[in-house]
Amino acid sequence: MSMPSRLPDPYGQGSGANLADILERVLDKGIVIAGDIRINLLDIELLTIKLRLIVASVDKAKEMGIDWWEDDPALSSRARRDELARENNELRERLARLEELEPSRRAEEESS
Amino acid sequence: MTGLRYVYAVCRPFGTPLQAQLAGVAGDPPRLLHHHGLVAVVSHVPERDFAEEPLRRHLEDLEWLTGTVRAHQSVIDALTVVTTPLPLRLGTVFRDDSGVRVMIEEREEGFRRTLDRLQDRVEWGVKVYAETAAPDRAEAAEAPAKPVSGRDYLRQRRQRVRSHEELWQQAEAFATRLHETLSGYAEDARLHAPQNPALSGASGQNILNAAYLVPRADSEEFVEMVDRTKDDIPGMRVELTGPWAAYSFAGEEQQP
Repeated sequence: MSMPSRLPDPYGQGSGANLADILERVLDKGIVIAGDIRINLLDIELLTIKLRLIVASVDKAKEMGIDWWEDDPALSSRARRDELARENNELRERLARLEELEPSRRAEEESS
Repeated sequence: MTGLRYVYAVCRPFGTPLQAQLAGVAGDPPRLLHHHGLVAVVSHVPERDFAEEPLRRHLEDLEWLTGTVRAHQSVIDALTVVTTPLPLRLGTVFRDDSGVRVMIEEREEGFRRTLDRLQDRVEWGVKVYAETAAPDRAEAAEAPAKPVSGRDYLRQRRQRVRSHEELWQQAEAFATRLHETLSGYAEDARLHAPQNPALSGASGQNILNAAYLVPRADSEEFVEMVDRTKDDIPGMRVELTGPWAAYSFAGEEQQP
């Protein structure tokens, strides 16, 4: 095993690293292996999209009054439940409308 | 042995010890699990945090996530100093060591191929920002002449829009040229989505977010090359990060 050759000093890494850079890689890149613990990757993808926004630390973001994730369905389970309920109602309404339309559509198909 | 196994990376056996005082995820220093001539780098993590339910819950907790992501990355960084790790995505967890061994057996061919391809290479991140504040400053300097008529107003407005467009064209041309130069030098390159500036604290609009695969031996020259571009054009900012483990280039074996 040969020793790796000398690398230039790290740029913008370590504890002061841009969190977005780290999140982008650790959450979004790298090798995907299904472990024994199955986590919903879709959730993580959603997180990733949102987290790309966050570079300042969480504390700093809160300081700045940025707390959008608390109402964001991708980041908060409460908001997600609300969102699901809303979506559910919407879909129900659309389904009802479609069902109303259905007989006339069927009639059209038969006549053509 | 109790707890679950959190896997950071897979690599070839390496002689140099990892830096001491590496905390790891959940505070458990990373251990090396040798199997079939490969090494899985793992931490023992508690079920109460890393079983399916709690893990999913934690992933929605930004503070927990931030801490865990940083711990994960610090282990990958330490590995990158002494070897070429294949970094796994955050949250790869097995029940026990034998689960990790089975995973290695199932994927060892792919691991070896990727390790061969990435051996002694690192990733450098390069971002270009266009300082969107620049046109405003220019405006402020020239602006005080108040428009006297509608025609003057429109003319001034047209000029402002034009100078803004020029800035964007310039920025795009600069980023394209830089990317071509760096791609020509690097072994491989990936373009990532620009980072949103809203919360980044980084000023300006991110117009290039790229990763380059560079042999360690050539890294110094690559860094110098990026450094030389830095003051090329006023209003453009070039940001270099790295050396990273080859995150952006490790995933190609994942397709079935």
